[in-house]
Amino acid sequence: MDFALLGQFVVNGLMLGMMYALVAVGFTLFFGVLDVIKFSHGDVLTVGAFAGLTTWLGLVAIGITSPWLQVGAVVLVATALMALLGALIAQFLVLPLKAAPPLNTLLATLMLGTVLRESVRIFYPDGANPKPFPALLPTDAFSFGNFTLRVDSAILLLAGLAVIVLVHALINRTKLGLAIRAVAQDAETAQTMGINFTVVVLITFAIGSALAAFAGVMNGLYYNEINFGMGLLLGVIGFSSAIVGGLGNIYGAILGGFLFAALQTIGAVALPFASAYKDVFAFAVVIAIMAWRPTGLIAEAESERV
Amino acid sequence: MAAAAIAALTVFAILFLWVESETAVAGLVLAAAVVVVIGGRLGWLGQVQAAFGQHETLLNGGVIVAVLAITAFFYRDHFALLMVATVLLYILACLGLTIQFGYAGILNFSGAAFFGIGAYTAAVLTAHTLVPHLLVLLAGGAVAALIGSMLIYPVLRTRGHYAAVVTIAFALLFKTFLEVNDVLGGPQGLAVANMNLFGWDFGQGVELGPLEASFILNYVLLASLLVIIGMLLVKRLERSWIGLDMDAIRLDETASACFGIDPARWKITAFTLGNFLAGVAGALYGMMLAFIAPNNFTFADGLIMVSIVLLGGIGNPWGVVVAAGIVIILPEKLQVIQEYRFLLFAATVILILRFRPGGLLPRGLRQYFPGQPT
Repeated sequence: MDFALLGQFVVNGLMLGMMYALVAVGFTLFFGVLDVIKFSHGDVLTVGAFAGLTTWLGLVAIGITSPWLQVGAVVLVATALMALLGALIAQFLVLPLKAAPPLNTLLATLMLGTVLRESVRIFYPDGANPKPFPALLPTDAFSFGNFTLRVDSAILLLAGLAVIVLVHALINRTKLGLAIRAVAQDAETAQTMGINFTVVVLITFAIGSALAAFAGVMNGLYYNEINFGMGLLLGVIGFSSAIVGGLGNIYGAILGGFLFAALQTIGAVALPFASAYKDVFAFAVVIAIMAWRPTGLIAEAESERV
Repeated sequence: MAAAAIAALTVFAILFLWVESETAVAGLVLAAAVVVVIGGRLGWLGQVQAAFGQHETLLNGGVIVAVLAITAFFYRDHFALLMVATVLLYILACLGLTIQFGYAGILNFSGAAFFGIGAYTAAVLTAHTLVPHLLVLLAGGAVAALIGSMLIYPVLRTRGHYAAVVTIAFALLFKTFLEVNDVLGGPQGLAVANMNLFGWDFGQGVELGPLEASFILNYVLLASLLVIIGMLLVKRLERSWIGLDMDAIRLDETASACFGIDPARWKITAFTLGNFLAGVAGALYGMMLAFIAPNNFTFADGLIMVSIVLLGGIGNPWGVVVAAGIVIILPEKLQVIQEYRFLLFAATVILILRFRPGGLLPRGLRQYFPGQPT
């Protein structure tokens, strides 16, 4: 294994890990405040990527050509719209189902994911086919010996890292974050302390969905192609990552995301079977981890009340 | 009352399978909705339910007669019979999930994977061995149960959403594995031989005097038989002390362990038995389709099975029957509106969950003596 190829795999793995972690953080946030799994999360990511693409097409149409301005606008519009969508989903689907068994919420949001996915396929112009996503970031490359690091990859990784740090700071350092953590810990007590439960839930769903939109745009910028089904697998992997890390724990979600990407990369390059088995390997390890640590790598602090 | 309800449902099912134009399909769906709503207001639904509770034998016999009537009506129509057989096999697989989820409380998202294991077992056994085909069905179930036993340890140790991820990961793993390996045909899939029961070749059309029926009729009959056996099994299981133990474990594991019930034992039993049923159903499904590919057994199909169990009313075998009919046939009939069918189907499920969270036919209290008020 030469250094250049290894470097390429590491960058690719980090990029995947970043996307998985962003999706997983969303899952873990939703679970934290409402103890629900919102399975339409992956499809919110898809819609976010398509919203970004539409924004870009709009910008080109009105003649704005500066790539930096375009990137900024694409990210801003996509995240803002998905934040709104996430809050709407919470208001009209998840909160009304609060009293129902958790499985009902899971299935309802899963079906909502289907609705979103099918809507993109049917109502987006030519949505059934993969769409080229513009390469808006500079594509120059640094060379280290044989290994070349493209600038756009570096920017995406740094941006992803910045977003995760930002969310972390938001949760742990601000008053809003305090409210979110309070609701996560005990919704009723939080309400008696004057925290507006509904507003906190809506904001949390908005934040999580904005993260998904960011991951979607990131995915588009990295692969230069998006399609209506891209969110399904990303959503499931993000969910698995959040679970493997330990639900309700933001570090767990990040750890799970990068772990899953690492497993896929190891499965592709370092193991003695064909690289096509990388997903089989990754999922098998996920099952093994669940057998070993039944409540995730970083277990929930709260013990089961009998 | 009960007989009239079954007769009405049969006529409706025949009409629904028969009509082709979109206005007729939409009209029937609307009519059904109106009847259910008005019936609910006038208290008919409650009366029907009570009548069924009192005359369970009549219900069982009536439904068998109804399936036979539907089959006889469409004796030459491949497509309608294929749908009936598919519904029956999904019912069998979902009965397995009912044992797992409805009774023991193990949520299984990889029902389609075990269904697929059965089908692939059938493909391999019929192609390379001379095992009698009735045994192939059992082997399909046995292999599914055996492979499922690899998941027992993680399933026993995890709870709730954590347990869900085990079976979700397995469902994805299974489909990816089928796609990338070379031995089992890869993404192209495998051919499966037709069922041959003691010289009765299921691939041939049935000749009844002057009438020649579709070959799928054979599969409908065998699938009905399997579903009857499956229903008997599930009903007996529910009534027995085993079912009672499983219910106790689902409702409160710690408390039931305190009363001397071994949760691990009954969870393993339920999980294995459920996978066995799914595997048997899958083996026959593979033989009926004659050709199987990884795309028949995706994660999405597993979700469809879970939605059937949930929509029917968790733990109620009759709910499974009704929900399987709706979930399998509705998207196919909506094909006239092609593009929008998944959209509408998903929206329908959301509405049902939103306004009837217990499912269409919620499971009632256990009835030990038919006819007794509960």
